[in-house]
Amino acid sequence: MSESSRAAGGHKNLKQAGKLTIAIIVFCIYLFPFALVLVNSLKTKVSIVKAPLMLADPKGPQWINYQNAIEKMNFPRTFGNSLFVVGVSVILLLIVSSMAAWLFVRTDWKACKISFSAMLASMIVPFQVVMIPLIAIYGAQLHWLNHRMTMVFMNLGFGVSMCTFMCHGFIKGNIPVALEEAARIDGAGYHRTFFTIVFPLLKPILSTVAILEILSYWNDFLLPSMIFTRKEFYTLPLAIRTFYGEFSSDYGNIMAGLTLSVAPVILVYLILQKHVIGGIVAGAVK
Amino acid sequence: MKQNMTFKEKLLLFISFAGPAMLFFCCVVIIPLVYGIYLTFTDWNGLADLKNFVGLTNYVTAFQDSTFWSTLLMTTGFSLLSVVFINIIAFFLAYLLTSGVKGQNFFRAGFFTPNLIGGLILGYIWQIIFSRVVPSLYSAIPIPLFQKSWLSNPSTAFASLVVVQTWQLSGYMLLIYISGFVGISEDVLEAANVDGANERQTLWNIRLPLMIPSFVICLFLSLTRSFKVYDLNLSLTAGGPYNSTKMTAMHIYTQAFENHLYGVGQAEALIFFLVIAVISLTQTYIGKKREVEA
Repeated sequence: MSESSRAAGGHKNLKQAGKLTIAIIVFCIYLFPFALVLVNSLKTKVSIVKAPLMLADPKGPQWINYQNAIEKMNFPRTFGNSLFVVGVSVILLLIVSSMAAWLFVRTDWKACKISFSAMLASMIVPFQVVMIPLIAIYGAQLHWLNHRMTMVFMNLGFGVSMCTFMCHGFIKGNIPVALEEAARIDGAGYHRTFFTIVFPLLKPILSTVAILEILSYWNDFLLPSMIFTRKEFYTLPLAIRTFYGEFSSDYGNIMAGLTLSVAPVILVYLILQKHVIGGIVAGAVK
Repeated sequence: MKQNMTFKEKLLLFISFAGPAMLFFCCVVIIPLVYGIYLTFTDWNGLADLKNFVGLTNYVTAFQDSTFWSTLLMTTGFSLLSVVFINIIAFFLAYLLTSGVKGQNFFRAGFFTPNLIGGLILGYIWQIIFSRVVPSLYSAIPIPLFQKSWLSNPSTAFASLVVVQTWQLSGYMLLIYISGFVGISEDVLEAANVDGANERQTLWNIRLPLMIPSFVICLFLSLTRSFKVYDLNLSLTAGGPYNSTKMTAMHIYTQAFENHLYGVGQAEALIFFLVIAVISLTQTYIGKKREVEA
């Protein structure tokens, strides 16, 4: 190796090291807020206010903060409410939208075309436009508020467009009609054909949609805040808001509460990270 | 699908396959959308069953509601600033991560983390940073910026909203830019290299034009999401100090559910929708026209 190429190699390494350093610094800045909350969740109020950047409390870790947060947010019940609403919504959403998408792909009926176009067009409507009429209809007239199933019902209504759209693209591009025809010739009905042949093949797109929708349902605040006015139905974002309002000067408890509400999502993310990232990219590009 | 189906067979098939999806969709989106337009012509106050027809009064009120227009102006400013910062940062981070830095996936996953958490919780976390951590730095770094809580002054409170929005969404847009960078064919880059293009020339003249589709998606997503911001606004500044950082989405909520001016709120929501639709469709249209083939 000549002197000059060795120098160029050294220069290149230096440049790579520089890039890596920048990446690490930016990475730390991005994750700093989470680290801050985690560290302070084990400190007393006094030491949070005096030295928020100090790593540990001189009085030792304050596990009492977590005990208080769990108790006051009624964490098990709140967590259960969130889990129920998100779980039921997502499972029903996947079944209902994939069925509709399949019919929309396999037929050229006018009703299907109109339905699908309406779904596509609705995707640019901001929530603020339907928020007031939703409450006028389902709250003031039908008195459907404070029921978990109302929340599921609305999650489905807001979710079907995107989910149907994504399944539509996938079925069109990846599921050959020949497969279904074979099953039909063997005497299977449409429903049986769909659930035994088509549905299992939709796994890749359904897991993408599931990830996107779980995240958006889990973090949703505005819609649940209008539907659930009674504490017993509160989901995590609602509970954290009330908790924050009631104990806004009790920083230790607040930090523990925030950690508790962030932790489940982060834990799942650590396990399913590759799928989540893949799903988000696939969803956004569509 | 069988060719010669009777109408009854078709109807049954439609109801059993598309029926549930269409039922939810119509009940939650279509009917409220139409009913919402009807509400703008009434004086419904949220309680009475009685709704009087008031013609265009609500639209006149909405057009004269100077608070609405000032929130819309502020939301536009917030969105434009955020979109610029989000996309510049995301683009250069994506460039950095795809230029051979080790552990690309690790960094990518880390930068994305803020997007897993809802705006409400993110706002609370940053509220503590801006109101507690920032002033505590003043003793070590005595510059005016750290003298007091950012949330106590209208312009720094506005800046803090932009900071959090940028922090969150740049990690999201980064993913799309990375897939854009990775999608550029090696042949094109090789050819540029053979022709003697340096790194900067390749970036500006080859990569940038080929990544216009990524830009279109990212600008659309970051713009529409910034315009509709509500949760973050509520938890970080709650519109304060003195309603100086109240965004349009929050103003609409206040009009309807706090002032009980449902018709006016709904009319403003429709105007808000039109503004978002016009801006985002124009931006997508211009972007699509500039797309080039490799």
